[in-house]
Amino acid sequence: MAFEMPTERWSGKLNTVTIGATSAQGGTRTSTVTVGGETTLPFLKFEGETPNPPVVAMEVLDMPLTDVPPGLAAAYGDVVGDPAAWAKKCVDEYAADMICLRFAGANPEGADKSPEECRAVLQAVLQAVGVPLVIWGCGNFEKDNNLIPVLSQAAAGERCLLGSAVQDNYKTIAACSLADGHLVISEAPLDIQIQKQVNILLTDMGVSSENIIMYQTTGGLGYGVEYAYSIMERTRLAALSGDKMMSMPMIAVVGSECWKTKEARLSEEVAPEWGEAAVRGPIWEATTANLFLHGGTDILVMWHPQAVAQVKETIAQLTGEGA
Amino acid sequence: MIVIGERLNGMFKDVGKAIVEQDRAVIQDLAKRQVEAGAHVLDLNVGPTAEDAVAAMKWLVETTREVTDAPLAIDSTKVAVIRAGVELGGPTSMINSSPGDEAKLDTYMPLAAEFACDIVCLTIDEKGIPRDANGRMEIAMRIVEKAMLNGVDLQRIYIDPVIIPCNVPDAGHHPGEVLETIRQVRLISDPPPKTTLGLSNVSQGTSQRHLINRTYLVMCLAAGLDSAIVDPLDTDLMDAVITADLLMNRSVYCDDFLRAHRK
Repeated sequence: MAFEMPTERWSGKLNTVTIGATSAQGGTRTSTVTVGGETTLPFLKFEGETPNPPVVAMEVLDMPLTDVPPGLAAAYGDVVGDPAAWAKKCVDEYAADMICLRFAGANPEGADKSPEECRAVLQAVLQAVGVPLVIWGCGNFEKDNNLIPVLSQAAAGERCLLGSAVQDNYKTIAACSLADGHLVISEAPLDIQIQKQVNILLTDMGVSSENIIMYQTTGGLGYGVEYAYSIMERTRLAALSGDKMMSMPMIAVVGSECWKTKEARLSEEVAPEWGEAAVRGPIWEATTANLFLHGGTDILVMWHPQAVAQVKETIAQLTGEGA
Repeated sequence: MIVIGERLNGMFKDVGKAIVEQDRAVIQDLAKRQVEAGAHVLDLNVGPTAEDAVAAMKWLVETTREVTDAPLAIDSTKVAVIRAGVELGGPTSMINSSPGDEAKLDTYMPLAAEFACDIVCLTIDEKGIPRDANGRMEIAMRIVEKAMLNGVDLQRIYIDPVIIPCNVPDAGHHPGEVLETIRQVRLISDPPPKTTLGLSNVSQGTSQRHLINRTYLVMCLAAGLDSAIVDPLDTDLMDAVITADLLMNRSVYCDDFLRAHRK
């Protein structure tokens, strides 16, 4: 008797979301990215569809990378400090599907760059690359509420992904997305209930659930990823069971979290038993990203080119013809 | 819970009148409002007033179909009316219902097989409604046997343990027996058939219909009820259903869980 693979019949499906707009769609992007639409748990080809493979967004800062191991800094060389050149290198040399432009330099506790300075950075990056953008504020509510409207307007019509809306600060970003035709990242502190609540608050403001990407503030491998995984899995199960307020695709911030960990950072002089730092760091980032792929993440925000290459290969293997 | 909306029934005065006068607006308005309120399936029953019940059912199905793709439960005691309704309603239709006696099951179960559609089967037979859960389970087993003999997927079977009004003298034990039946049906096979309940009957003739309906529905859901034929326009009742689903861990909590469900 032939073996029959047991399968679940799900009633729900993830939203399909397209980021970026070409000139025909009112933007200036030369490519767009579509994620979501899954009808099964991650990569279960025998059970359902994964019509759009997950993608990698490489992160670019509006300021130089500081306090990172030499291996990571060397991977980018001179371009770090020039966001446009940095973004272009990520796209041209490392095949980034998207650029995640994070305005860390706007933080009042740091460089406290003005919205106008940040706008110039955004415009330069929009000119330099044709891929869709994630535009992420600095995380300070007051500053972001002044900054995001300026950035949103400067990229009007580009269908960027704006980050991020949280339970206590979502109105400005929701209004910007509606005014300028962008999408919104709905953020929760590793809490599925708050995630659902932020989604409801955004849709109350008039943001279509089809224009939302969910983000749980996850850490790197070794720092609670198993809890992050179980939250992602529970979210996907809710979506597949028909919960419309949990049916948005997910984004995960992998690079910056991984490169905070001592396992990725320590040199071999300090930790010789852990092996070569130049190999260990990218592996740490790639392993974290692979785990989130299996949790159901659709957009991975990453740093190290070697980790990006490895993860893109894994995605191709999991979703390609032979998978 | 799978919500089967009960309002498109000729027993209701507004619907009965609309069927006789062929007033499409009344029917379509009720269909849309029930779906918006959370009905997954719409029950259609032409009631006692229609002269030609088959023609009336065809009209009711067509009229409803113009405004919604929701599955339709074709509700009649006449096999010709059910056949006409299911033929027009398409493969998502539900037969509502077959009594659980041998002869009736031999009529309706082949119909469910022919159309590959869902079917509600009542635990009632030629001897009437059983006094207790054991009697109801005897009939439930006959229903499952007939389904298997006719090749009907057990997950297409909805067993209705038949509740009688709680104010009927000497029948106060029935709500408890129905709860016990719901629990036992889950053990009858793997996978088990589903359960459903014509809920409103429990409060027939009482002074607190809405309160009794929603209290009893929550008790049944806790016992494992999969579906019920209810009035989805009863907001308090639907709130109770959404909350019970949450407490049964069928949905993710958030502070606005009632609104989240309705979005």
